Amino acid sequence: MRALPLSALVLSAALLVAARPVRYAPLPEPIPGDLAGADGEVVVRNCTACHSLEYVATQPRGKGAQFWRDSVTKMITVYKAPIEPAEAEAVSAALAAKFG
Amino acid sequence: MTKFDRRHFLAAAGVSMVGGQAIAAAETAQLPFANGARPLVRAPQKRPLILLTSRPPQLETPFAVFNDGLITPNNAFFVRYHLSGFPDAIAPDPFRLAISGHVETPLSLSLASLKRDFPVTEVVAVNQCSGNSRGFFEPRVGGGQLGNGAMGNARWRGVPLRALLERAGVRAGARQVTFNGLDVPPTDGVPDFVKALDIDHARDGEVMVAWAMNGADQPFLNGYPLRLVVPGYYGTYWVKHLSEINVVDAEFGGYWMKTAYRVPDNDCACVAPGTKPDRTRPISRLNVRSFVTSHGEGARAAAGRLTELRGIAFSGSAGVARVMVSADGGASWSKARLGEDLGRFSFREWRLGLRLAAGRHRIKARATTIDGETQPLEPRWQPAGYMRNVVETLTLEAI
Repeated sequence: MRALPLSALVLSAALLVAARPVRYAPLPEPIPGDLAGADGEVVVRNCTACHSLEYVATQPRGKGAQFWRDSVTKMITVYKAPIEPAEAEAVSAALAAKFG
Repeated sequence: MTKFDRRHFLAAAGVSMVGGQAIAAAETAQLPFANGARPLVRAPQKRPLILLTSRPPQLETPFAVFNDGLITPNNAFFVRYHLSGFPDAIAPDPFRLAISGHVETPLSLSLASLKRDFPVTEVVAVNQCSGNSRGFFEPRVGGGQLGNGAMGNARWRGVPLRALLERAGVRAGARQVTFNGLDVPPTDGVPDFVKALDIDHARDGEVMVAWAMNGADQPFLNGYPLRLVVPGYYGTYWVKHLSEINVVDAEFGGYWMKTAYRVPDNDCACVAPGTKPDRTRPISRLNVRSFVTSHGEGARAAAGRLTELRGIAFSGSAGVARVMVSADGGASWSKARLGEDLGRFSFREWRLGLRLAAGRHRIKARATTIDGETQPLEPRWQPAGYMRNVVETLTLEAI
């Protein structure tokens, strides 16, 4: 076997010890049952750009329509969610109807 | 197929599914409040944990883990992110930590340099989410509806932030230090997650840039390769995937300090339920808490025989001085034995043997710190649902 130049040995040793990246595979995102129907579609369409829907479905129930209007408004004004005003109304209404 | 195998299979299958039903079919946990059903999911480097949200990932530790030992295993440690944009792989060799801003010499440090060129320090400290236990607030508040599992206790190893700041040379007039990680907003309008500490706090020798957790690299979801460790402070300051440290000569005005993570600016950090505070301040130190870990709600014990209760207590300040336990709903209290002291920021074990007569018993544990802070008997309330530390009650049935 032909001797390798020292530099090649050093290089291959460096490649061998180079630490491997640590990886993250995204979790699956099933649509919560409460939002899976046609009347949940406006929520799915507008909210999933930034986050999964458990954020919505795990909120306490029965907080009233204003709770959902405030939540949607916060997403638009504070977090700049790209939701048109008419859509925002529809999202708030759908959430209030679903979750009270 | 055994339960264990099935769970493996579902987790593996789920990764490649979009909008599939894998999670719905997996095991579930029931947190003890309304709308508290949650799937258990297996994320990379994690055992099955309670899923709050999948994107960004938020996972809660099943409470039984806290009875296994004082140190929370890395694969059971809770996960909380704010922003759904983050890399799907982090390679250690090209990674650099930048230290810049109001300093003499900006630094760009490799992991090898951090581990080689600076003093090494260790601390055992609790990382607890500000909103841990939010689901128990009454009236309920919006936000992540967590049980009591958004906390964990680990041995952190790294370099004192003070040593890094000394090497960079903090210039006169420095006011705060800001911390940013590799996670990024999903859209331009969402404020990047940046936190700040006052300069004196940053230089106190306790705040640490940690590369190891319980003797191993941190799991990706706990901040690989570096996270800020702020002993005694809520998890919001423990910035994950820490990549930028910036010294500033003014009070930092970023959203996650100025608007979010604020608590009522009064002694109890509380307001009358359903009301809003007049003035707020950034959340800071953990208040004192304790839990029974040996028994769950409704557990059974042998009447007339010795029942040993075990639990944990912790605080963000002076350390736990004592834990008092009541078996009669708070009418009378007995002092529990404290276990090994791993430092004032760690979980502290407590134990107490009780002989319970046949019947139902309302068990309470109440911790007090060395500097006299104690848990309230009635829950305090605030609109963001942070800092719950009421004396918890569980029912045991002796038969």
